[in-house]
Amino acid sequence: MSGNGEVLLEVRDLVKHFPVGGGLFGRSHSLIRAVDGVSFTIHRRETLGLVGESGCGKTTTGRCILQLERPTSGAVVFEGRDLTRLGDAELRPLRRRIQVIFQDPYSSLNPRMTVGQIVAEPLAVHRIVTEPGARAARVREVLAHVGLLPQHARRYPHELSGGQRQRVGIARALALDPSLIVCDEPVSALDVSIQAQIINLLEDLQAKLGLTYLFVAHDLSVVRHISDRVAVMYLGKIVELADRQALYEDPLHPYTRALLAAVPIPDPELEARRERIVLGGEVPSPLRPPSGCVFHPRCPIAVDRCRSEVPPLREVKPGHWAACILA
Amino acid sequence: MGVLLDVRNLRTEFATRGGVVRAVDDVSWDIAEGETVALVGESGCGKSVSALSIMRLVAAPAGRIVGGQVLFKGRDLLQLPEEEMRRVRGREIAMIFQEPMTSLNPVLSIGRQLTEGLEIHLGMAPADARRRAVELLALVGIPDPEHRLGQYPHQFSGGMRQRMMIAMALACNPSLILADEPTTALDVTIQAQILELMKDLSRRLGVAMLIITHNLGVVARYADRVNVMYASRVVEHGTARELYANPRHPYTLGLLRSVPRLDEPRRARLDPIEGQPPDLTRLGAGCAFAPRCAFRVERCRVERPALVRVGADDHVSACWEAARVRPREAPG
Repeated sequence: MSGNGEVLLEVRDLVKHFPVGGGLFGRSHSLIRAVDGVSFTIHRRETLGLVGESGCGKTTTGRCILQLERPTSGAVVFEGRDLTRLGDAELRPLRRRIQVIFQDPYSSLNPRMTVGQIVAEPLAVHRIVTEPGARAARVREVLAHVGLLPQHARRYPHELSGGQRQRVGIARALALDPSLIVCDEPVSALDVSIQAQIINLLEDLQAKLGLTYLFVAHDLSVVRHISDRVAVMYLGKIVELADRQALYEDPLHPYTRALLAAVPIPDPELEARRERIVLGGEVPSPLRPPSGCVFHPRCPIAVDRCRSEVPPLREVKPGHWAACILA
Repeated sequence: MGVLLDVRNLRTEFATRGGVVRAVDDVSWDIAEGETVALVGESGCGKSVSALSIMRLVAAPAGRIVGGQVLFKGRDLLQLPEEEMRRVRGREIAMIFQEPMTSLNPVLSIGRQLTEGLEIHLGMAPADARRRAVELLALVGIPDPEHRLGQYPHQFSGGMRQRMMIAMALACNPSLILADEPTTALDVTIQAQILELMKDLSRRLGVAMLIITHNLGVVARYADRVNVMYASRVVEHGTARELYANPRHPYTLGLLRSVPRLDEPRRARLDPIEGQPPDLTRLGAGCAFAPRCAFRVERCRVERPALVRVGADDHVSACWEAARVRPREAPG
């Protein structure tokens, strides 16, 4: 299931700044540095996990890849073409190949459309399958992929449970036969007992259809389960990137270590004797990111140099990258 | 330690278009003074409605408490006149909600929201209330409390708002706090801060806590005892240690097995609980979990199991097949 070497997506020095303030009368005078120089690759059939806390830029990174946001600078090279340099007409055929699954199956489905219409909509928009009979057959096929029955096509979203609605969201993403799916917190709105069903489904679909995933999430346990490699983001930057096993068993960045230590484990005996690294303070505003290493104000091991020196993301061990001068 | 809150056979119903939903169905549990007890379950299982029922805040006319007792320090809250109940709320029992922004008033300053309760419930003079408000903000770790009093909720981060909610809950020295998903909306590092804060405060101030959550990790970190709810009923109860080490209801076992865990080797595949949560308007005579249960036998469809003792320290489970329910050996 791990990547086989061929790069499907390359993100290079991606930057997305949002102007704020000014508004009605003035020019905007400051920038939110939502994504601030992010680079990574995803290989075909691989799952790259992108984790971090709210506001770290993980969702914006996903949206820049989808071209739902046009990046401020940087490149998004997909199947060999830089999407940031393409106009809408040229993008259209490539957009079919990159789809998205959203977090909230309640708000991301149109309540006035039947499941069948929701799943068929991308086919109509992209004028892929135009003959009604063939389109209905395609809808049945993708519904079957996600474990729904043909009769579900006539139902409305409110008639379905949360888990079933997320299956509809996945079916819609599959309709156009994509190669890359950006999964943006696909299970975090679901109940615990349903999360595992959806994760297993995503894994089965990957094996069956040869899909590649960018899995954006804040739940480190879920990301470890589903990802081949994992990138950790903090305040618009990737602070660590490694194979799943290396990242979880030998985290090199102090932020990754603190994140892992903060995850409560369902075992009271273990929790009672577990070491606590509780980070003080809060994530600073991306309007005024700290100087030097953006993590230094909260870092338990920061030294003087961290205040002034921006640590590059460097390959500390083969395939294991960290942006910390002490790593 | 004495029993502080004793909920007995509580039943709460809601009239819906689909029929009457029994949101809390014959639920009993208790909390001792200074103890932390968890109510665990998934959305719609009745855990939040349980807390609202205790506070008598179930939205009428659709919602109604139809039976049971809520004995708080020996008095049945369900029988109190509304005026006396108002004194209990906030002063003796406080609540913390998941979404601090929706429970704070956006147009009142932080200071005013804190002093209001102190002046109304405790009859404090404005200057005393202000002094106490500063104390409370410092107590929950909000830096520069004097300055913060003049600010508004939107100027606070999510973590700071939740600290503020905790300060408000503590304002009148309650003996019990009902915390409904207090850290669910927070990031993991902030969640860790808030959990440590709540644990520390409950220990230092001797406040008892009811933690309502779906997160089994949060429960393990700081509950003394746990009630697991499914389809409006408590299906298992025990000390946290006993329940996690030796779950004896298939639903509890299923919940524990379905989450990936950082302390265990990665499994090739997750073990979900199959199927969907039940429609509460169409519950049959049998066990509500039976359609999803791997241990199901014929009897489960027709006869609902009662809670029976299955282990040490009042460990109880509502399952006909509890004797067969054992945590499987970890794979590999």
